[in-house]
Amino acid sequence: MYVASTRSPGRTPKVSGRLPGTVFALGAVSLLTDISAEMVTAFLPVYLIYTLQMSYVQFGLLDGLYTGATAVLRLVGGFVSDRTSRPKLVALFGYGLSAVTKLVFPVVGASAFGIGGVLATDRAGKGIRTAPRDALISLATPPDQLGAAFGVHRAMDTVGALCGPLLTFLILSQIGTAAGPVFVVSFVFAAIGVVVLLTFVRERRSKVNRSRVSLKAGVRLLRDARFRRATIAAALLGLVTISDAFVFVVLQKVSDIPVGFLPLLPLGTAAVFLLGAAPIGRMADRFGRWKVFFAGHVLLLVTYAMLLVPDGGFLAVGIALAAHGLFYACTDGVLSAYASGFVPADLRATGLATIQTGQALTRMLSSVVFGVMLAGMAMSSVVIALVAVLIAALVAVALLVRSA
Amino acid sequence: MSGHRVLVGVIAIVLLVLGGGGYVAYIAVRQPAASEAAPAPKIGDVVYIDLDGGQDRVTTLRPDGQRIASGLRCQRFHRAGGTSVCLRLAGPGPTYEAAVLNADNSVVKTVPLPGIPSRARVSASGNIVAWTSFVTGDSYTVPGGFSTRAGFLDLRTGAVTDSIEHFDATVNNRPLKAADVNYWGITVAADDNTFYATLASGGLNWLVKGDLTAKTARSVRQNAECPSLSPDGTRVAYKKRPTPLDKWSLVVLDLRTNKEITLPETSGIDDQAVWLDESTLAFGAVKGEPRTAVYFVPADGSAPAKAEIHNAASPVSVK
Repeated sequence: MYVASTRSPGRTPKVSGRLPGTVFALGAVSLLTDISAEMVTAFLPVYLIYTLQMSYVQFGLLDGLYTGATAVLRLVGGFVSDRTSRPKLVALFGYGLSAVTKLVFPVVGASAFGIGGVLATDRAGKGIRTAPRDALISLATPPDQLGAAFGVHRAMDTVGALCGPLLTFLILSQIGTAAGPVFVVSFVFAAIGVVVLLTFVRERRSKVNRSRVSLKAGVRLLRDARFRRATIAAALLGLVTISDAFVFVVLQKVSDIPVGFLPLLPLGTAAVFLLGAAPIGRMADRFGRWKVFFAGHVLLLVTYAMLLVPDGGFLAVGIALAAHGLFYACTDGVLSAYASGFVPADLRATGLATIQTGQALTRMLSSVVFGVMLAGMAMSSVVIALVAVLIAALVAVALLVRSA
Repeated sequence: MSGHRVLVGVIAIVLLVLGGGGYVAYIAVRQPAASEAAPAPKIGDVVYIDLDGGQDRVTTLRPDGQRIASGLRCQRFHRAGGTSVCLRLAGPGPTYEAAVLNADNSVVKTVPLPGIPSRARVSASGNIVAWTSFVTGDSYTVPGGFSTRAGFLDLRTGAVTDSIEHFDATVNNRPLKAADVNYWGITVAADDNTFYATLASGGLNWLVKGDLTAKTARSVRQNAECPSLSPDGTRVAYKKRPTPLDKWSLVVLDLRTNKEITLPETSGIDDQAVWLDESTLAFGAVKGEPRTAVYFVPADGSAPAKAEIHNAASPVSVK
């Protein structure tokens, strides 16, 4: 295991030093877990529609609901991990919970209640583990390398997300649509992820005598002007970030590429994100994380602008997906790196969870609003409105942060 | 970190890989063999997808009860007039395609689908092939929901229409221009031009009657999904539910009298029904038991639906 090769995580290497092994170990955990999760995501429609002959619509509804619930559970996971100062244990619980659900799926069979419950538990595990995991990364990494560390982690995570559906395809085409093999293989990857976390991730117990973290301390975090501004800015920009699915669907329609390419568009964004995450993370360390985070949203503007180019064909799609992937590379890990730079260590998980939850909730809201607008208006008017609001949000955020 | 802990971790990983790999290998070698050169189905046979073991093979049921599995694997299947359509797995992603086969069972055309297969239909002449696929995650009102794309292929010209969502739609005599228009469940009449389908927008849906050449669709009535036109063109069977929280039932609408009959014991259907002949409908559903079955039901509502083929889907009669 190459993860164990990097020693002395405690010492701070100066310029372009190697990242601590913990970052790679946590990257490996996320890679394995994402293989497991994305295998199931790719299989679920087939499983529900053909094997169980269940109505897919209601699960779409439930899934949207769970995504919202996950955002709130992130706060709980973050707070508990700070309160107990055992982020590894809390993360382990989250990863373990999701791993176990993979074996429960075939057991509940065609019960709508059962499937709903298993999906909810899986999502709960994801919500709980995110903040302590990011806290572990940030606490193991020297402050001047946080961007690089989160970049490497997100890149590894995306490798897993790309491999999962590929594995599902191989199983479906070679063995068939029987549920057993997909769920068992998915469980094995998740379980290996848990073992890697348990074995290869070291938790740095802080030497400082921690004052017990209270809810009050968590709330007090919002009194810090820098933290408050970052939270508001991230939430504001989340408000103009529509879901990926909308971007892909509108892009396919407007650019007028064959509809058969629709399932492949997410791969474009993911591939660019994968390649860009680590170098852009390093860039963020050098030039300023907030600047890169802001620049990412300017790239999102490029993506939205491409949604206004009729019959743009594959060129427009290429530009849009490149900008979309770079948007993620500039924002996803970079926001956590930015916040880790000033949130106190004993409130790290709570702080990261707060910023991420605000962003996730406003993103969900924006997708609902966007959907309602699409139901009543022509697509180009909706996209023009979106572009205008994004520009307004960028100006507002620039002023907000400059006023510091 | 202690060497002990690493050793235990490595052993645990090895055991997990061996266990999972062993299970998958066991399932893989247990797969039943299929006859690749299955004889062509004859008039009177019912063809369906056998779901047993996850092989999803297109299988022929003879009137004498004999079952013959073919090498063709599909998620959805339909055939008429010597043409077959098979919606199936196509590549990593996973992506899916509509494969169109001629009477010799050789593939004449494949069309990539934008999502997961949902409905498949061939017109009685075998000239028009229509399909619907789910596009996941792009519901217009609920994140994580779904929408659909319905397309068709005209075998006489080879022209593919990926999606009919750009057709000029008229609902209750008013043109519908919303961006969230969705069609599903195309069924084509004997003239290979008139079609019925479901049109949805803003959370409502309608049975529409349309024209493939003129690219138009006009609402017939509200709340009717996955229509299936009878061979004589006088009736449409579709699934209907009072509210989105209820279960669907199979309903037959007589186009001459505009009267609806709800067929008994069809609650829980989520399929585009198929006319086996002028008086019998068939559909796949899970009802009360853990496995899917194909049900037959008289189209006049004179008797309840009855499970005829277990662990099966996509029934179609050979005419």
